[in-house]
Amino acid sequence: MSISTFLQHALTGVSLGGAYALIAIGYTMVYGILRLINFAHGDIFMMAGYFMIFAMAALPWQIAIPIVCIVTIILGVLIEKVAYKPLRTAPRMSIMISAIGASYLIQNLATYLFTALPRAYPEIPFLKRIFNFGSVSASLVTFITPILTILLSVGLIQLINHSKMGMAMRAVSKDFETAQLMGIKINRVISFTFVIGSFLAAIGSILYFTDRMSVTPFSGTLPGLKCFVAAVLGGIGSIPGAVVGGFAIGICETLLVACGYSTFSDAFTFILLIIVLLFRPTGLFGEKNIDKV
Amino acid sequence: MTMENKLLEINDLHVSYGGIKAVKGISLSVTKGQIITLIGANGAGKSTLLRSIAGLVKLESGTIKFCGEDITGAAPNVIVDKGITLVPEGRRVFPNLTVLENLKIGAYLRKDNLEDDIRRIYQLFPRLEERSWQMAGTLSGGEQQMLAVGRAMMSRPKVMMMDEPSLGLAPIIVHDIMNIIRTVNNEGVTILLVEQNANLALKLAHYGYVCETGNITREGTGDELLNDETVKAAYLGKARKK
Repeated sequence: MSISTFLQHALTGVSLGGAYALIAIGYTMVYGILRLINFAHGDIFMMAGYFMIFAMAALPWQIAIPIVCIVTIILGVLIEKVAYKPLRTAPRMSIMISAIGASYLIQNLATYLFTALPRAYPEIPFLKRIFNFGSVSASLVTFITPILTILLSVGLIQLINHSKMGMAMRAVSKDFETAQLMGIKINRVISFTFVIGSFLAAIGSILYFTDRMSVTPFSGTLPGLKCFVAAVLGGIGSIPGAVVGGFAIGICETLLVACGYSTFSDAFTFILLIIVLLFRPTGLFGEKNIDKV
Repeated sequence: MTMENKLLEINDLHVSYGGIKAVKGISLSVTKGQIITLIGANGAGKSTLLRSIAGLVKLESGTIKFCGEDITGAAPNVIVDKGITLVPEGRRVFPNLTVLENLKIGAYLRKDNLEDDIRRIYQLFPRLEERSWQMAGTLSGGEQQMLAVGRAMMSRPKVMMMDEPSLGLAPIIVHDIMNIIRTVNNEGVTILLVEQNANLALKLAHYGYVCETGNITREGTGDELLNDETVKAAYLGKARKK
Protein backbone atom coordinates (compact mmCIF):
# COMPACT_ATOMS: atom_id res chain seq x y z
CA MET A 1 0.00 0.00 0.00
CA SER A 2 1.45 3.33 -1.03
CA ILE A 3 1.58 6.21 1.43
CA SER A 4 -1.15 8.13 -0.41
CA THR A 5 -3.51 5.14 -0.44
CA PHE A 6 -2.83 4.72 3.24
CA LEU A 7 -3.62 8.38 3.94
CA GLN A 8 -6.76 8.10 1.86
CA HIS A 9 -7.98 5.15 3.92
CA ALA A 10 -6.89 6.73 7.17
CA LEU A 11 -8.96 9.79 6.34
CA THR A 12 -12.01 7.66 5.56
CA GLY A 13 -11.44 5.82 8.84
CA VAL A 14 -11.20 9.02 10.86
CA SER A 15 -14.42 10.23 9.28
CA LEU A 16 -16.28 6.99 9.99
CA GLY A 17 -14.84 7.06 13.49
CA GLY A 18 -16.22 10.56 14.02
CA ALA A 19 -19.74 9.41 13.23
CA TYR A 20 -19.25 6.39 15.51
CA ALA A 21 -18.00 8.66 18.28
CA LEU A 22 -21.12 10.84 18.16
CA ILE A 23 -23.34 7.78 18.53
CA ALA A 24 -21.13 6.23 21.20
CA ILE A 25 -21.54 9.36 23.34
CA GLY A 26 -25.28 8.65 23.46
CA TYR A 27 -24.68 5.14 24.83
CA THR A 28 -22.15 6.29 27.36
CA MET A 29 -24.22 9.21 28.69
CA VAL A 30 -27.37 7.17 29.20
CA TYR A 31 -25.29 4.48 30.87
CA GLY A 32 -23.66 7.08 33.11
CA ILE A 33 -27.01 8.33 34.38
CA LEU A 34 -29.30 5.28 34.32
CA ARG A 35 -26.78 2.39 34.27
CA LEU A 36 -28.72 1.24 31.23
CA ILE A 37 -27.48 0.11 27.82
CA ASN A 38 -29.97 1.93 25.60
CA PHE A 39 -30.33 -0.71 22.91
CA ALA A 40 -32.79 1.51 21.06
CA HIS A 41 -30.08 4.10 20.44
CA GLY A 42 -28.94 2.54 17.14
CA ASP A 43 -32.55 2.57 15.97
CA ILE A 44 -32.99 6.21 16.92
CA PHE A 45 -29.98 6.79 14.68
CA MET A 46 -31.65 4.80 11.88
CA MET A 47 -34.93 6.72 12.28
CA ALA A 48 -33.00 10.00 12.01
CA GLY A 49 -31.97 8.71 8.57
CA TYR A 50 -35.61 8.28 7.52
CA PHE A 51 -36.56 11.65 8.99
CA MET A 52 -33.90 13.21 6.78
CA ILE A 53 -35.26 11.46 3.70
CA PHE A 54 -38.75 12.82 4.34
CA ALA A 55 -37.62 16.29 5.39
CA MET A 56 -35.40 16.70 2.34
CA ALA A 57 -38.23 15.61 0.04
CA ALA A 58 -40.02 18.86 0.77
CA LEU A 59 -37.52 21.26 2.29
CA PRO A 60 -34.05 22.68 1.61
CA TRP A 61 -31.26 21.17 3.75
CA GLN A 62 -30.86 24.32 5.87
CA ILE A 63 -34.36 23.76 7.29
CA ALA A 64 -34.36 19.97 7.02
CA ILE A 65 -31.36 19.48 9.32
CA PRO A 66 -32.79 21.37 12.35
CA ILE A 67 -36.14 19.62 11.85
CA VAL A 68 -34.46 16.20 11.75
CA CYS A 69 -32.59 17.05 14.98
CA ILE A 70 -35.77 18.14 16.75
CA VAL A 71 -37.85 15.15 15.63
CA THR A 72 -35.04 12.74 16.61
CA ILE A 73 -34.80 14.39 20.04
CA ILE A 74 -38.57 14.01 20.49
CA LEU A 75 -38.32 10.32 19.56
CA GLY A 76 -35.45 9.74 22.01
CA VAL A 77 -37.22 11.47 24.91
CA LEU A 78 -40.47 9.68 24.06
CA ILE A 79 -38.76 6.27 24.25
CA GLU A 80 -37.37 7.22 27.67
CA LYS A 81 -40.78 8.34 28.95
CA VAL A 82 -42.65 5.28 27.63
CA ALA A 83 -40.15 2.43 27.96
CA TYR A 84 -37.74 3.40 30.76
CA LYS A 85 -39.37 5.91 33.13
CA PRO A 86 -42.11 3.55 34.38
CA LEU A 87 -39.35 1.07 35.32
CA ARG A 88 -37.25 3.53 37.32
CA THR A 89 -37.47 1.52 40.53
CA ALA A 90 -37.58 -1.89 38.86
CA PRO A 91 -34.53 -4.19 38.82
CA ARG A 92 -31.96 -3.23 36.18
CA MET A 93 -32.63 -6.36 34.14
CA SER A 94 -36.25 -5.29 33.50
CA ILE A 95 -35.29 -1.94 32.04
CA MET A 96 -32.63 -3.62 29.89
CA ILE A 97 -35.24 -6.01 28.47
CA SER A 98 -37.50 -3.02 27.87
CA ALA A 99 -34.66 -1.39 25.91
CA ILE A 100 -34.29 -4.47 23.71
CA GLY A 101 -38.07 -4.41 23.20
CA ALA A 102 -37.99 -0.74 22.24
CA SER A 103 -35.24 -1.47 19.72
CA TYR A 104 -37.21 -4.23 17.98
CA LEU A 105 -40.40 -2.20 18.11
CA ILE A 106 -38.78 0.70 16.24
CA GLN A 107 -37.14 -1.62 13.69
CA ASN A 108 -40.37 -3.42 12.92
CA LEU A 109 -42.43 -0.27 12.92
CA ALA A 110 -39.99 1.17 10.40
CA THR A 111 -40.22 -1.99 8.26
CA TYR A 112 -44.02 -1.78 8.39
CA LEU A 113 -44.16 1.93 7.58
CA PHE A 114 -41.29 2.32 5.12
CA THR A 115 -40.82 -1.31 3.86
CA ALA A 116 -37.50 -3.10 4.16
CA LEU A 117 -36.28 -1.92 0.76
CA PRO A 118 -33.35 0.49 0.93
CA ARG A 119 -34.30 4.10 0.37
CA ALA A 120 -31.95 6.55 -1.25
CA TYR A 121 -30.50 9.02 1.20
CA PRO A 122 -30.79 12.59 -0.07
CA GLU A 123 -27.63 14.38 -1.13
CA ILE A 124 -26.68 17.63 0.45
CA PRO A 125 -24.76 19.12 -2.50
CA PHE A 126 -22.15 21.08 -0.55
CA LEU A 127 -21.30 18.10 1.68
CA LYS A 128 -20.56 15.99 -1.38
CA ARG A 129 -18.16 18.46 -2.99
CA ILE A 130 -14.83 16.81 -3.65
CA PHE A 131 -11.65 18.32 -2.28
CA ASN A 132 -8.10 17.43 -3.20
CA PHE A 133 -5.12 17.63 -0.89
CA GLY A 134 -2.08 16.49 -2.81
CA SER A 135 -2.81 12.92 -3.77
CA VAL A 136 -5.65 12.54 -1.24
CA SER A 137 -9.14 13.40 -2.35
CA ALA A 138 -12.39 13.18 -0.45
CA SER A 139 -15.79 14.81 -0.16
CA LEU A 140 -16.31 17.68 2.26
CA VAL A 141 -18.31 15.50 4.66
CA THR A 142 -15.22 13.34 5.21
CA PHE A 143 -13.28 16.38 6.39
CA ILE A 144 -16.14 17.92 8.37
CA THR A 145 -17.10 14.80 10.36
CA PRO A 146 -14.04 14.50 12.62
CA ILE A 147 -13.84 18.28 13.16
CA LEU A 148 -17.53 18.52 14.07
CA THR A 149 -17.20 15.49 16.34
CA ILE A 150 -14.33 17.06 18.26
CA LEU A 151 -16.12 20.42 18.54
CA LEU A 152 -19.36 18.85 19.76
CA SER A 153 -17.65 16.62 22.30
CA VAL A 154 -15.50 19.45 23.67
CA GLY A 155 -18.66 21.57 23.98
CA LEU A 156 -20.45 18.73 25.73
CA ILE A 157 -17.61 18.16 28.19
CA GLN A 158 -17.60 21.90 28.99
CA LEU A 159 -21.36 21.77 29.56
CA ILE A 160 -21.06 18.80 31.92
CA ASN A 161 -18.13 20.22 33.88
CA HIS A 162 -19.10 23.86 34.09
CA SER A 163 -22.87 24.33 33.93
CA LYS A 164 -25.48 23.91 36.64
CA MET A 165 -27.29 21.26 34.58
CA GLY A 166 -23.98 19.44 34.07
CA MET A 167 -23.36 19.48 37.81
CA ALA A 168 -26.85 18.06 38.36
CA MET A 169 -26.14 15.34 35.78
CA ARG A 170 -22.95 14.34 37.57
CA ALA A 171 -24.79 14.29 40.91
CA VAL A 172 -27.69 12.22 39.56
CA SER A 173 -25.25 9.76 37.97
CA LYS A 174 -23.84 8.99 41.43
CA ASP A 175 -26.84 9.15 43.73
CA PHE A 176 -30.49 9.56 42.67
CA GLU A 177 -31.85 9.94 46.16
CA THR A 178 -29.42 12.51 47.49
CA ALA A 179 -29.78 14.46 44.22
CA GLN A 180 -33.51 14.61 44.95
CA LEU A 181 -32.77 15.90 48.43
CA MET A 182 -30.94 18.83 46.81
CA GLY A 183 -34.16 19.72 45.00
CA ILE A 184 -33.02 18.28 41.64
CA LYS A 185 -35.85 16.88 39.54
CA ILE A 186 -34.15 13.72 38.34
CA ASN A 187 -36.64 13.07 35.55
CA ARG A 188 -35.78 16.40 34.02
CA VAL A 189 -32.07 15.61 34.18
CA ILE A 190 -32.65 12.19 32.60
CA SER A 191 -34.74 13.72 29.81
CA PHE A 192 -31.96 16.22 29.18
CA THR A 193 -29.50 13.34 28.83
CA PHE A 194 -31.70 11.77 26.18
CA VAL A 195 -32.03 15.13 24.42
CA ILE A 196 -28.24 15.38 24.07
CA GLY A 197 -27.82 11.71 23.12
CA SER A 198 -30.52 11.88 20.44
CA PHE A 199 -29.25 15.19 19.08
CA LEU A 200 -25.76 13.74 18.62
CA ALA A 201 -27.29 10.61 17.04
CA ALA A 202 -29.13 12.84 14.55
CA ILE A 203 -25.93 14.69 13.61
CA GLY A 204 -24.04 11.39 13.45
CA SER A 205 -26.75 9.94 11.22
CA ILE A 206 -26.55 12.82 8.73
CA LEU A 207 -22.77 12.48 8.51
CA TYR A 208 -22.86 8.68 8.31
CA PHE A 209 -25.65 8.26 5.77
CA THR A 210 -24.37 11.03 3.49
CA ASP A 211 -21.44 8.70 2.87
CA ARG A 212 -23.56 5.53 2.68
CA MET A 213 -26.31 6.76 0.30
CA SER A 214 -29.16 4.52 1.53
CA VAL A 215 -31.20 3.66 4.65
CA THR A 216 -33.05 0.48 5.61
CA PRO A 217 -34.88 -0.30 8.88
CA PHE A 218 -31.83 -2.35 9.90
CA SER A 219 -29.24 0.29 9.10
CA GLY A 220 -29.00 1.16 12.78
CA THR A 221 -28.33 -2.31 14.14
CA LEU A 222 -24.71 -2.91 13.24
CA PRO A 223 -23.47 0.68 13.65
CA GLY A 224 -25.39 0.76 16.96
CA LEU A 225 -23.61 -2.36 18.22
CA LYS A 226 -20.24 -1.09 17.03
CA CYS A 227 -20.74 2.22 18.81
CA PHE A 228 -21.70 0.32 21.93
CA VAL A 229 -18.38 -1.53 21.63
CA ALA A 230 -16.68 1.87 21.13
CA ALA A 231 -18.27 3.11 24.36
CA VAL A 232 -17.13 -0.03 26.23
CA LEU A 233 -13.63 0.25 24.77
CA GLY A 234 -13.36 3.86 25.93
CA GLY A 235 -14.81 2.98 29.34
CA ILE A 236 -18.58 3.18 29.49
CA GLY A 237 -19.74 6.29 31.31
CA SER A 238 -16.79 8.35 30.06
CA ILE A 239 -17.41 10.84 27.25
CA PRO A 240 -13.77 11.31 26.17
CA GLY A 241 -13.58 7.51 26.26
CA ALA A 242 -16.51 7.19 23.85
CA VAL A 243 -14.88 9.64 21.44
CA VAL A 244 -11.53 7.83 21.52
CA GLY A 245 -13.29 4.46 21.22
CA GLY A 246 -15.36 5.65 18.26
CA PHE A 247 -12.32 6.90 16.38
CA ALA A 248 -10.32 3.77 17.20
CA ILE A 249 -12.99 1.42 15.87
CA GLY A 250 -13.67 3.53 12.78
CA ILE A 251 -9.99 3.67 11.85
CA CYS A 252 -9.25 -0.02 12.54
CA GLU A 253 -12.31 -1.12 10.60
CA THR A 254 -11.46 0.96 7.54
CA LEU A 255 -7.82 -0.12 7.55
CA LEU A 256 -8.84 -3.78 7.78
CA VAL A 257 -11.07 -3.30 4.76
CA ALA A 258 -8.22 -1.56 2.94
CA CYS A 259 -5.90 -4.47 3.63
CA GLY A 260 -8.38 -6.81 2.01
CA TYR A 261 -9.89 -8.28 5.19
CA SER A 262 -13.32 -6.70 4.71
CA THR A 263 -14.95 -10.02 5.64
CA PHE A 264 -13.41 -9.75 9.10
CA SER A 265 -13.94 -6.06 9.79
CA ASP A 266 -17.16 -6.60 11.77
CA ALA A 267 -15.77 -9.66 13.50
CA PHE A 268 -12.76 -7.59 14.56
CA THR A 269 -15.02 -5.13 16.43
CA PHE A 270 -16.64 -7.87 18.45
CA ILE A 271 -13.40 -9.72 19.12
CA LEU A 272 -12.20 -6.39 20.47
CA LEU A 273 -15.28 -6.27 22.74
CA ILE A 274 -14.47 -9.71 24.13
CA ILE A 275 -10.82 -8.80 24.68
CA VAL A 276 -11.73 -5.55 26.45
CA LEU A 277 -14.27 -7.28 28.68
CA LEU A 278 -11.77 -10.01 29.56
CA PHE A 279 -8.71 -7.90 30.24
CA ARG A 280 -9.89 -4.38 30.99
CA PRO A 281 -13.64 -4.34 31.68
CA THR A 282 -13.53 -0.68 32.73
CA GLY A 283 -12.16 0.31 29.32
CA LEU A 284 -9.53 2.94 28.66
CA PHE A 285 -11.01 5.77 30.75
CA GLY A 286 -13.74 4.02 32.74
CA GLU A 287 -14.52 4.50 36.41
CA LYS A 288 -12.78 2.01 38.63
CA ASN A 289 -15.91 1.27 40.57
CA ILE A 290 -18.81 0.51 38.26
CA ASP A 291 -21.34 -0.34 40.95
CA LYS A 292 -23.58 2.38 42.31
CA VAL A 293 -22.54 3.53 45.75
CA MET B 1 -46.33 25.96 73.73
CA THR B 2 -48.39 28.10 71.38
CA MET B 3 -49.36 27.12 67.87
CA GLU B 4 -47.09 29.67 66.16
CA ASN B 5 -44.01 28.13 67.71
CA LYS B 6 -44.65 24.75 66.15
CA LEU B 7 -42.65 24.78 62.96
CA LEU B 8 -43.20 21.18 62.00
CA GLU B 9 -46.14 19.05 63.11
CA ILE B 10 -46.38 15.36 62.36
CA ASN B 11 -49.74 13.79 63.06
CA ASP B 12 -50.46 10.05 63.22
CA LEU B 13 -48.01 9.08 60.49
CA HIS B 14 -48.10 5.57 59.04
CA VAL B 15 -45.48 4.36 56.54
CA SER B 16 -44.96 0.89 55.07
CA TYR B 17 -41.97 -0.55 53.25
CA GLY B 18 -42.92 -3.41 50.98
CA GLY B 19 -45.72 -4.63 53.22
CA ILE B 20 -43.83 -4.11 56.48
CA LYS B 21 -45.05 -1.29 58.68
CA ALA B 22 -42.05 0.83 59.58
CA VAL B 23 -43.89 3.75 61.17
CA LYS B 24 -47.12 3.01 63.03
CA GLY B 25 -48.77 6.25 63.99
CA ILE B 26 -46.03 8.64 65.06
CA SER B 27 -47.04 12.14 66.15
CA LEU B 28 -44.51 14.75 67.12
CA SER B 29 -43.96 18.47 66.88
CA VAL B 30 -40.84 20.53 66.35
CA THR B 31 -40.63 23.89 68.08
CA LYS B 32 -39.01 26.76 66.26
CA GLY B 33 -35.39 27.42 67.18
CA GLN B 34 -34.92 24.24 69.20
CA ILE B 35 -33.01 21.01 68.84
CA ILE B 36 -35.49 18.15 68.86
CA THR B 37 -34.22 14.61 68.95
CA LEU B 38 -35.67 11.24 68.16
CA ILE B 39 -33.77 8.37 69.72
CA GLY B 40 -34.29 4.66 69.42
CA ALA B 41 -32.71 1.39 68.37
CA ASN B 42 -31.98 0.19 64.86
CA GLY B 43 -35.13 -0.44 62.85
CA ALA B 44 -37.36 1.65 65.10
CA GLY B 45 -38.56 3.67 62.11
CA LYS B 46 -36.60 6.86 62.79
CA SER B 47 -34.93 7.12 59.38
CA THR B 48 -38.16 6.25 57.61
CA LEU B 49 -39.85 9.10 59.43
CA LEU B 50 -37.22 11.60 58.24
CA ARG B 51 -37.28 10.22 54.73
CA SER B 52 -41.05 10.55 54.54
CA ILE B 53 -40.91 14.16 55.78
CA ALA B 54 -38.31 14.84 53.05
CA GLY B 55 -40.71 13.43 50.45
CA LEU B 56 -38.57 10.42 49.52
CA VAL B 57 -41.02 7.86 50.89
CA LYS B 58 -44.76 7.71 50.26
CA LEU B 59 -46.99 7.86 53.33
CA GLU B 60 -49.82 5.48 54.04
CA SER B 61 -51.75 7.92 56.18
CA GLY B 62 -51.25 10.88 58.49
CA THR B 63 -50.41 14.52 57.93
CA ILE B 64 -47.28 16.66 57.91
CA LYS B 65 -47.69 20.39 58.53
CA PHE B 66 -44.96 22.96 58.08
CA CYS B 67 -45.58 26.52 59.36
CA GLY B 68 -49.25 25.60 59.55
CA GLU B 69 -49.34 24.55 55.90
CA ASP B 70 -50.17 20.98 54.89
CA ILE B 71 -47.19 19.53 52.99
CA THR B 72 -48.23 15.87 53.15
CA GLY B 73 -47.10 13.97 50.04
CA ALA B 74 -45.19 16.89 48.47
CA ALA B 75 -42.26 16.10 46.15
CA PRO B 76 -38.70 16.38 47.55
CA ASN B 77 -37.93 19.54 45.54
CA VAL B 78 -41.03 21.25 46.97
CA ILE B 79 -40.03 20.28 50.51
CA VAL B 80 -36.49 21.67 50.04
CA ASP B 81 -37.93 24.84 48.56
CA LYS B 82 -40.16 25.30 51.63
CA GLY B 83 -37.12 25.19 53.89
CA ILE B 84 -36.81 21.61 55.14
CA THR B 85 -33.57 19.82 54.40
CA LEU B 86 -32.25 16.38 55.25
CA VAL B 87 -28.64 15.48 55.98
CA PRO B 88 -28.90 11.83 55.02
CA GLU B 89 -27.54 8.86 56.92
CA GLY B 90 -23.99 8.04 55.85
CA ARG B 91 -23.42 11.67 54.74
CA ARG B 92 -23.86 10.89 51.04
CA VAL B 93 -21.73 13.71 49.70
CA PHE B 94 -21.30 13.50 45.91
CA PRO B 95 -17.85 11.86 45.66
CA ASN B 96 -17.34 12.90 42.02
CA LEU B 97 -18.00 16.58 42.70
CA THR B 98 -15.53 18.97 44.30
CA VAL B 99 -16.14 20.29 47.80
CA LEU B 100 -17.18 23.64 46.35
CA GLU B 101 -19.54 22.00 43.86
CA ASN B 102 -21.10 19.98 46.67
CA LEU B 103 -21.86 23.24 48.45
CA LYS B 104 -23.22 24.82 45.28
CA ILE B 105 -25.47 21.89 44.54
CA GLY B 106 -26.97 22.27 48.01
CA ALA B 107 -28.31 25.61 46.76
CA TYR B 108 -29.61 24.08 43.53
CA LEU B 109 -33.05 25.70 43.80
CA ARG B 110 -31.73 29.15 44.71
CA LYS B 111 -31.22 31.69 41.98
CA ASP B 112 -29.51 34.43 44.02
CA ASN B 113 -25.83 34.97 44.74
CA LEU B 114 -24.16 32.22 46.78
CA GLU B 115 -20.86 33.96 47.60
CA ASP B 116 -21.83 35.09 51.11
CA ASP B 117 -23.23 31.70 52.06
CA ILE B 118 -20.14 29.89 50.82
CA ARG B 119 -17.90 32.29 52.76
CA ARG B 120 -20.01 31.76 55.88
CA ILE B 121 -19.71 27.98 55.61
CA TYR B 122 -15.96 28.20 55.04
CA GLN B 123 -15.77 30.29 58.21
CA LEU B 124 -17.65 27.63 60.15
CA PHE B 125 -15.59 24.82 58.62
CA PRO B 126 -12.15 26.15 57.60
CA ARG B 127 -11.11 22.60 56.73
CA LEU B 128 -13.55 22.64 53.82
CA GLU B 129 -12.02 25.80 52.38
CA GLU B 130 -8.58 24.17 52.38
CA ARG B 131 -10.05 21.31 50.38
CA SER B 132 -12.32 23.40 48.19
CA TRP B 133 -11.05 21.94 44.90
CA GLN B 134 -10.68 18.39 46.11
CA MET B 135 -13.16 15.72 45.10
CA ALA B 136 -15.51 15.13 48.02
CA GLY B 137 -14.82 11.39 47.80
CA THR B 138 -11.27 12.00 49.04
CA LEU B 139 -12.38 13.62 52.33
CA SER B 140 -12.27 11.84 55.68
CA GLY B 141 -15.51 10.80 57.36
CA GLY B 142 -15.58 13.81 59.67
CA GLU B 143 -14.87 16.22 56.84
CA GLN B 144 -17.60 14.61 54.76
CA GLN B 145 -20.02 15.15 57.63
CA MET B 146 -19.04 18.82 57.77
CA LEU B 147 -19.58 19.03 54.03
CA ALA B 148 -22.96 17.32 54.26
CA VAL B 149 -24.05 19.83 56.90
CA GLY B 150 -22.60 22.75 54.92
CA ARG B 151 -24.34 21.51 51.78
CA ALA B 152 -27.65 21.32 53.63
CA MET B 153 -27.16 24.86 54.99
CA MET B 154 -26.70 26.19 51.47
CA SER B 155 -30.44 25.84 50.86
CA ARG B 156 -30.99 28.27 53.77
CA PRO B 157 -33.26 25.84 55.60
CA LYS B 158 -35.63 26.62 58.44
CA VAL B 159 -35.47 23.02 59.63
CA MET B 160 -32.46 20.76 59.23
CA MET B 161 -33.14 17.06 59.75
CA MET B 162 -30.07 15.01 60.52
CA ASP B 163 -30.02 11.24 60.24
CA GLU B 164 -27.39 9.61 62.48
CA PRO B 165 -24.66 12.23 62.02
CA SER B 166 -22.35 10.43 64.48
CA LEU B 167 -22.58 7.07 62.71
CA GLY B 168 -19.23 5.53 61.94
CA LEU B 169 -17.16 8.44 63.23
CA ALA B 170 -14.38 8.35 65.82
CA PRO B 171 -15.39 9.57 69.32
CA ILE B 172 -13.27 12.71 68.99
CA ILE B 173 -15.03 13.58 65.72
CA VAL B 174 -18.42 12.87 67.32
CA HIS B 175 -17.57 15.62 69.77
CA ASP B 176 -16.95 17.98 66.83
CA ILE B 177 -20.25 16.99 65.30
CA MET B 178 -22.03 17.96 68.53
CA ASN B 179 -20.44 21.38 68.28
CA ILE B 180 -21.45 21.67 64.65
CA ILE B 181 -25.07 20.90 65.51
CA ARG B 182 -25.01 23.52 68.25
CA THR B 183 -23.45 26.08 65.89
CA VAL B 184 -26.04 25.46 63.20
CA ASN B 185 -28.78 25.77 65.78
CA ASN B 186 -27.30 29.04 67.04
CA GLU B 187 -27.52 30.33 63.48
CA GLY B 188 -31.28 30.09 63.90
CA VAL B 189 -31.86 26.75 62.20
CA THR B 190 -34.25 24.38 63.95
CA ILE B 191 -32.85 20.84 64.21
CA LEU B 192 -34.60 17.50 64.10
CA LEU B 193 -31.92 15.02 65.07
CA VAL B 194 -32.23 11.28 64.77
CA GLU B 195 -29.62 9.34 66.73
CA GLN B 196 -28.79 5.93 68.10
CA ASN B 197 -26.23 7.61 70.32
CA ALA B 198 -28.89 8.60 72.87
CA ASN B 199 -26.44 10.05 75.33
CA LEU B 200 -25.10 12.56 72.81
CA ALA B 201 -28.51 13.41 71.37
CA LEU B 202 -30.24 14.01 74.72
CA LYS B 203 -27.41 16.20 75.99
CA LEU B 204 -27.86 18.43 72.95
CA ALA B 205 -31.61 18.43 72.66
CA HIS B 206 -34.18 20.76 74.15
CA TYR B 207 -36.82 18.11 73.74
CA GLY B 208 -36.71 14.44 72.87
CA TYR B 209 -38.85 11.54 71.72
CA VAL B 210 -38.12 7.85 72.18
CA CYS B 211 -39.08 5.70 69.23
CA GLU B 212 -39.64 1.94 69.48
CA THR B 213 -40.77 -0.32 66.62
CA GLY B 214 -42.62 2.44 64.82
CA ASN B 215 -44.19 4.12 67.85
CA ILE B 216 -43.31 6.99 70.16
CA THR B 217 -43.08 5.46 73.63
CA ARG B 218 -41.77 8.39 75.69
CA GLU B 219 -41.15 12.09 75.36
CA GLY B 220 -39.79 14.89 77.46
CA THR B 221 -37.05 17.46 77.74
CA GLY B 222 -33.49 16.28 77.20
CA ASP B 223 -32.77 16.23 80.92
CA GLU B 224 -35.97 14.42 81.80
CA LEU B 225 -35.18 11.64 79.37
CA LEU B 226 -31.54 11.47 80.48
CA ASN B 227 -32.77 10.79 84.02
CA ASP B 228 -35.64 8.51 83.07
CA GLU B 229 -35.06 4.99 84.43
CA THR B 230 -36.47 3.14 81.41
CA VAL B 231 -34.52 5.27 78.95
CA LYS B 232 -31.38 4.76 81.01
CA ALA B 233 -31.87 1.00 81.04
CA ALA B 234 -32.64 0.71 77.35
CA TYR B 235 -30.42 3.32 75.70
CA LEU B 236 -27.85 4.68 78.13
CA GLY B 237 -26.79 1.47 79.83
CA LYS B 238 -26.66 3.08 83.27
CA ALA B 239 -29.56 1.46 85.11
CA ARG B 240 -27.48 -0.70 87.45
CA LYS B 241 -25.43 2.19 88.80
CA LYS B 242 -28.13 3.51 91.09
